[in-house]
Amino acid sequence: MNRRVLLIEDEPNIAEAIRFLLSRDGWQVGLHADGTDAIDQIRAERPDLVILDVMLPGRSGMDILRDLRAMEDMQDLPVLMLTARGQLRDRDMAERAGVSRFMTKPFSNAEVLTAVRDLHAQAGRA
Amino acid sequence: MSRDTLTGSRIRERRLIAGIRQADLARNVGISASYLNLIEHNRRRIGGKLLNAIAEALGVEPSMLSEGAEAALIAALREAAADAVSVSAETDRVDEFAGRFPGWAEVLAQAQRRIASLERTVVTLSDRLTHDPHLAASLHEVLSTAAAIRSTAAILAEPGELEAQWRDRFHRNLNQDAERLAESSKALVGYLDQTEQSEDPRGVPQEEVEAFVAAHGHHFPAIEAGGEVPGDLLDDLGRGASREIGRMVLETYAADAQAMPIEAVAAALDHHGLEPVALSRDLGVELPAVFRRLAGLPEDLLPGEAGLVICDASGSILFRKPVTGFAMPRHGESCPLWPVFTALTRPMTPIRRRVAQLGRSRAEFDCLAIAWPRSLPDFDCDPVYRSTMLILPVPSDRVGQEDALQVGSSCRVCPSPSCAARREPSILSEGF
Repeated sequence: MNRRVLLIEDEPNIAEAIRFLLSRDGWQVGLHADGTDAIDQIRAERPDLVILDVMLPGRSGMDILRDLRAMEDMQDLPVLMLTARGQLRDRDMAERAGVSRFMTKPFSNAEVLTAVRDLHAQAGRA
Repeated sequence: MSRDTLTGSRIRERRLIAGIRQADLARNVGISASYLNLIEHNRRRIGGKLLNAIAEALGVEPSMLSEGAEAALIAALREAAADAVSVSAETDRVDEFAGRFPGWAEVLAQAQRRIASLERTVVTLSDRLTHDPHLAASLHEVLSTAAAIRSTAAILAEPGELEAQWRDRFHRNLNQDAERLAESSKALVGYLDQTEQSEDPRGVPQEEVEAFVAAHGHHFPAIEAGGEVPGDLLDDLGRGASREIGRMVLETYAADAQAMPIEAVAAALDHHGLEPVALSRDLGVELPAVFRRLAGLPEDLLPGEAGLVICDASGSILFRKPVTGFAMPRHGESCPLWPVFTALTRPMTPIRRRVAQLGRSRAEFDCLAIAWPRSLPDFDCDPVYRSTMLILPVPSDRVGQEDALQVGSSCRVCPSPSCAARREPSILSEGF
């Protein structure tokens, strides 16, 4: 079965590294670098999981997540948030917005892989 | 026990420090050991020749024995007691503690001063990390580049062959990110160096204007002389928003100076003292203008410092003149309990509050505030208010004479455990 992940990240070299890691792990990886139309992209691609940066051009990842969770068919979509803003208040804000997992930069590849696999497995059991 | 009744304890302490036996000291000054014992336990008063003789024998000034620890030490100990959470110190015995254990008292006082200094540093850094857009963007850049390097380097370091196409691409990315990291780190260090060296980091127009006004000592003799803002005075502020804000501030200054010439203000101050309402009536100007004028006078015309805060009806601070001991956050929201905000709830009503800032020091301030409309009244038109607050430090010998309203600087750095006005948790709470 083809597992699909949409990576919304405006740092091209981070995106490239994550794409490589996940592709090697059997994921079909879509890339998107802009916040403005991120929700349209999610709707169009219907991924199994979203990796979302917070500081994106056009629109904050936090706002995108809030809007996603307000949509009935997006409430259970696993969202892994990656951010350089790792203060407690940012984590709290993400949790209140409905994030599935919150990870701060710089992260390790193993952490990202494990988080993606766990979230997908949890979604499958739900 | 009052300070002057502890002379005996201090004699005992000094004698023990000097390593002199009680009997030897008694013999030296011509009294019995049992009488000295009563003195040392504060059961006999001592003064005059005997005190001088004992002081000489112990090699200290008589005042060291009769007055004991310095007032500053006692004040620091009282501050430490006031800041203690869920512990009640025996403040009525603070003199006794300082007199009997001067070394420990000094250690505690130094720790209290250090805590106050560190709290100020935390306030500044937290403020900057949270609200300084340039710093936040720089840190984001550094962390994002570090993330890319870490991730790419880990892929390249994995055992086994990587396809040449991917390997070359990752090498190229790594090289780009390393250069980018070097540049962004250099820029960040440069920014921090610049702001460490400068008391007033530049960047936000309002801050630039405040720094500009502060650099002139909040007083502009050139405007006082001519009644107008000289064209070249604003050249330091460049051409953008800072210059425009600076121009508005100086035009207000010029109008105030014209309405209240400095000689008239000085005469009114001589006559009424620092009483803004009396000054307002005497000079025929509104209270907000008097507050602004007092805050912009040369230092020698006032008995002490005068701080100023002006905010608009949204509570946004438009102008600050800091005053020693009264913490004002550089960025973000201030404590909603400040009288400058209370005044907005009762427009055109003068409000006077004696305030103390929680967890900082025993300093108190008389805050005089009033909200005043910016426009003339008109039908079908809601007035737009600005609130102005003059901050006058209370002289140290009058501190504690009136009930003081406890306020903070901003919620993030306020230690108050329960406050109806709290917006967010404090970083000084136990969780920090």
